[in-house]
Amino acid sequence: MGVNPDIAGRAYPPSPSYEVGREKIHEFAEAIGSADPVHHDPEAARALGHPDVIAPPTFAVIVAQRSEAQVMTDPQAGIDFTRVVHGEERFTHHRPIVAGDRLVATLHVDTVRAAGGHSLVTTRVEIVDDGGAPVSTVVSTIVVRGQDA
Amino acid sequence: MNRPGYDEVVVGDELPATRYPLRRADLVRYAGASGDFNPIHWNGRIAREVQLPDVIAHGMLTMATVARLVTDWCGDPGAVLSYGVRFTRPVVVPDDADGALVEVTGVVSAKDGERRAVRVDVTATSEGEKVLGRAQVVVRLP
Repeated sequence: MGVNPDIAGRAYPPSPSYEVGREKIHEFAEAIGSADPVHHDPEAARALGHPDVIAPPTFAVIVAQRSEAQVMTDPQAGIDFTRVVHGEERFTHHRPIVAGDRLVATLHVDTVRAAGGHSLVTTRVEIVDDGGAPVSTVVSTIVVRGQDA
Repeated sequence: MNRPGYDEVVVGDELPATRYPLRRADLVRYAGASGDFNPIHWNGRIAREVQLPDVIAHGMLTMATVARLVTDWCGDPGAVLSYGVRFTRPVVVPDDADGALVEVTGVVSAKDGERRAVRVDVTATSEGEKVLGRAQVVVRLP
């Protein structure tokens, strides 16, 4: 069975809030090989005008992928996770993610397309802070390989 | 540090080409930090079972590594306004001391005076093959 095209346009309920910790930012920065002090030294971050240490540009993927799991595990979507390949990823940052942020993510399924025996599913995760102000938009396209491909 | 200013940067400027090693231990560390424990990123047996040549790097680790070229150049990772890539080819990471090498170059391709931002088009290769497509970082400059 392939991906259910009727999930296009669907929105899932907002995620529980994710609290961004300084040590988590530091750990993630080290894991991507970045020694930039803005990720672990609040003074260095403030010198650039940030209120506290800031996350690397792809940190939002942690919050986004938790949200995307909703469609991956939705029986109505019909996505076979073992056949999923990551096709595209795009971040739009309305502001940097800062230590202490409490982030809430809402998952939207924008499109479901068939191409060459595969299904392409494009999702959009809107990440806002606890005041509801936009922080990041994460658009991801996964390729679900067809059974014969 | 010396940060490039919006007014002095011109379309066609090249960022210093940089080579980033990715070893098995880096993949394990990224798995832990990101929460992506897909075994194709740390278990060769399972990777080969799904017809991959060997363990491959997380696409998101490659994407994060490539962004460092731009954030190290501009001096503020918080200045990135948008960043998008296509994953065109996996980075295969052999089980040895050297791992894989990702070679990254970037060129300023557009300027946006309203936001005082520039678009950097980035090219990333491993083993001589492009691993990302349409990799573009839009970054605000002082």
